[in-house]
Amino acid sequence: MKKVAEIDLGRNKQQGAKSNLKKQMKGFRYFIYILPFLVLCFIFSYYPLYGWRYAFYDYKPPLQLSQCAFVGFKWFKMLFANPTQVSQLIKVMENTFGMSGLTLLTSVFPVAFAIFLSEIKCKWFKNIVQTLTTLPNFISWILVYSVAFSLFSTTGMVNSLLLHHGVISEAIKFLDSDSHTWLKMLLWNTWKGLGWGSIMYLAAISGVDQELYEAARVDGANRFKLMRYITLPALLPTFFVLLMLSVANILNNGMEQYYVFQNSFNKAHMQVLDLYVYNVGMTGASYSLATALSMMKSIVSVVLLVVVNVVSKATRGESII
Amino acid sequence: MKKELKLPQKKKPVHTSDVVFNVINYAVFAIFTIICVYPFYYLVINTISANDLSAAGVINFLPQKLHIGNYVEVLKLNGLGDAALVSLMRTVIGTTATVLASAFLGFMFTQSRMWARSIWYRFIVITMYFNAGIIPMYITMKNLGLTNNFWVYVIPAVVQPFNIILVKTYIESIPKELQEAAEIDGAGIFKIFGKIILPACTPILATVAIFAAVAQWNSFQDTLIYITDQKLYSLQYLLYSYINQASSLATLVKNSTNIGAVANLATQQTATSIRMTVSVIVVLPILFIYPLFQRFFVKGIMIGSVKG
Repeated sequence: MKKVAEIDLGRNKQQGAKSNLKKQMKGFRYFIYILPFLVLCFIFSYYPLYGWRYAFYDYKPPLQLSQCAFVGFKWFKMLFANPTQVSQLIKVMENTFGMSGLTLLTSVFPVAFAIFLSEIKCKWFKNIVQTLTTLPNFISWILVYSVAFSLFSTTGMVNSLLLHHGVISEAIKFLDSDSHTWLKMLLWNTWKGLGWGSIMYLAAISGVDQELYEAARVDGANRFKLMRYITLPALLPTFFVLLMLSVANILNNGMEQYYVFQNSFNKAHMQVLDLYVYNVGMTGASYSLATALSMMKSIVSVVLLVVVNVVSKATRGESII
Repeated sequence: MKKELKLPQKKKPVHTSDVVFNVINYAVFAIFTIICVYPFYYLVINTISANDLSAAGVINFLPQKLHIGNYVEVLKLNGLGDAALVSLMRTVIGTTATVLASAFLGFMFTQSRMWARSIWYRFIVITMYFNAGIIPMYITMKNLGLTNNFWVYVIPAVVQPFNIILVKTYIESIPKELQEAAEIDGAGIFKIFGKIILPACTPILATVAIFAAVAQWNSFQDTLIYITDQKLYSLQYLLYSYINQASSLATLVKNSTNIGAVANLATQQTATSIRMTVSVIVVLPILFIYPLFQRFFVKGIMIGSVKG
């Protein structure tokens, strides 16, 4: 009570200054309380950036960095000058852009999923569909692979069914082959993410003013016109935000999916940038080259994000980050 | 309610195009839903059916000759107990740490008195948009002594910008008078946090907890990169190694089971049965938890999207 009175009335200059100091002390104490977390954040997010210096050395793991030769931009030059490196990098970038491109193209699927699902009037059916189709999003890629292995390996369910009924005479190699690798990855991605991806759109649909539909119906619009001219436009803002974010993330396919599905047969079409960095760094043990790669990738990603944000601000008047 | 439902139906003439559309629409969603669920069902029925039938590939729709031998045997597998413990511990400890830290930081960042508050807030939030890459992270962890250390699962996950944003946004929607009243009564910041803010934020904290728990349980990459000690493998990683060395596994199980026992094809472990059984054990917590907490997941993604 006393303190509040002091602050509110501020009768006495001295007292006012005193409480001001007290307030500052309190503000500083609050800062001390969060300091441990700031330190954690620094250690695990900012400090690793200092590790980029490994990209400028010829780092050989058991040695200390100070014992290794400083090579300047050697690794960066090698990535763009050494013919085998260049062809490998081109292949990797093709895969990265190919799979990201397919994901971008199919980003309309969740929109369609939401629009059509909202046309289903039977409530329990809708709920079941929503619950069960979002489930795969919450299992790990390891389990997806285990599922894939059970169903599609040469002794898996699909092959034994087809063999049993005489459709094929020899097991089809779904997993151990390089045919349609991008498409298969896209399908697994869709299986895992479609239901979950539609949730935001479903919520947007439930937020649409019902009077809009009533009014349009009175004007003689049929069901398909309602979907086309009311529901769809209501989803576009969300769609564009998500689309821009995926454009900004075009280099970040993540590596887990591709890591678990990769094998010696499909490696040529499987290695996306994230996986390539891992393969070069952790299994090839070329730490410096991998660091140079991730460094470039991070910088390009941040630049992309900033560009996309500027575009978004210019076209929609809203920033996305 | 009834009136609302009946009126439009009576008024509206039924078009054939409408009927066709409905039929196709229902059918497509039914098929996709089955595609989403069937693989899990397939795994479960194959683990509880006789193993010789399962290996012959005849268990596709209904389980036959039920037995739980697979589960009993798999639990005897070397390493599975350790891995289950590691996964459980990282989920419990990691989730608790993430939730408490997100709640505390989210709350502290609503305190306008904090010195240079917006700078520190940005300092944390901006880390969502960049990362150093696998190798620099690995070297950092190694220097910190976190490789082959259980705490690598927990400590780096404590400060999570996205969760902090979620909690902060939520706390900002709680009336400020609550805190002010407590301050007048002489409560300190920790008391306010523990007695007022934490209980008031339960819905959003439940959301954060459920996402954090699923992420911890499913995490695989950290084991792959930072852990070589078998004792610290998580269930996910163990499952991955089981898939890759399936054939050597069956022998491992055969050796671990009673040598004197007569081999019974129906209950004898095969590489496939082990892999499927472990898969079911790994996925079961998610299958149980997900339908119960679905609304929290949905809420989480919605609040997150509002903030953008």
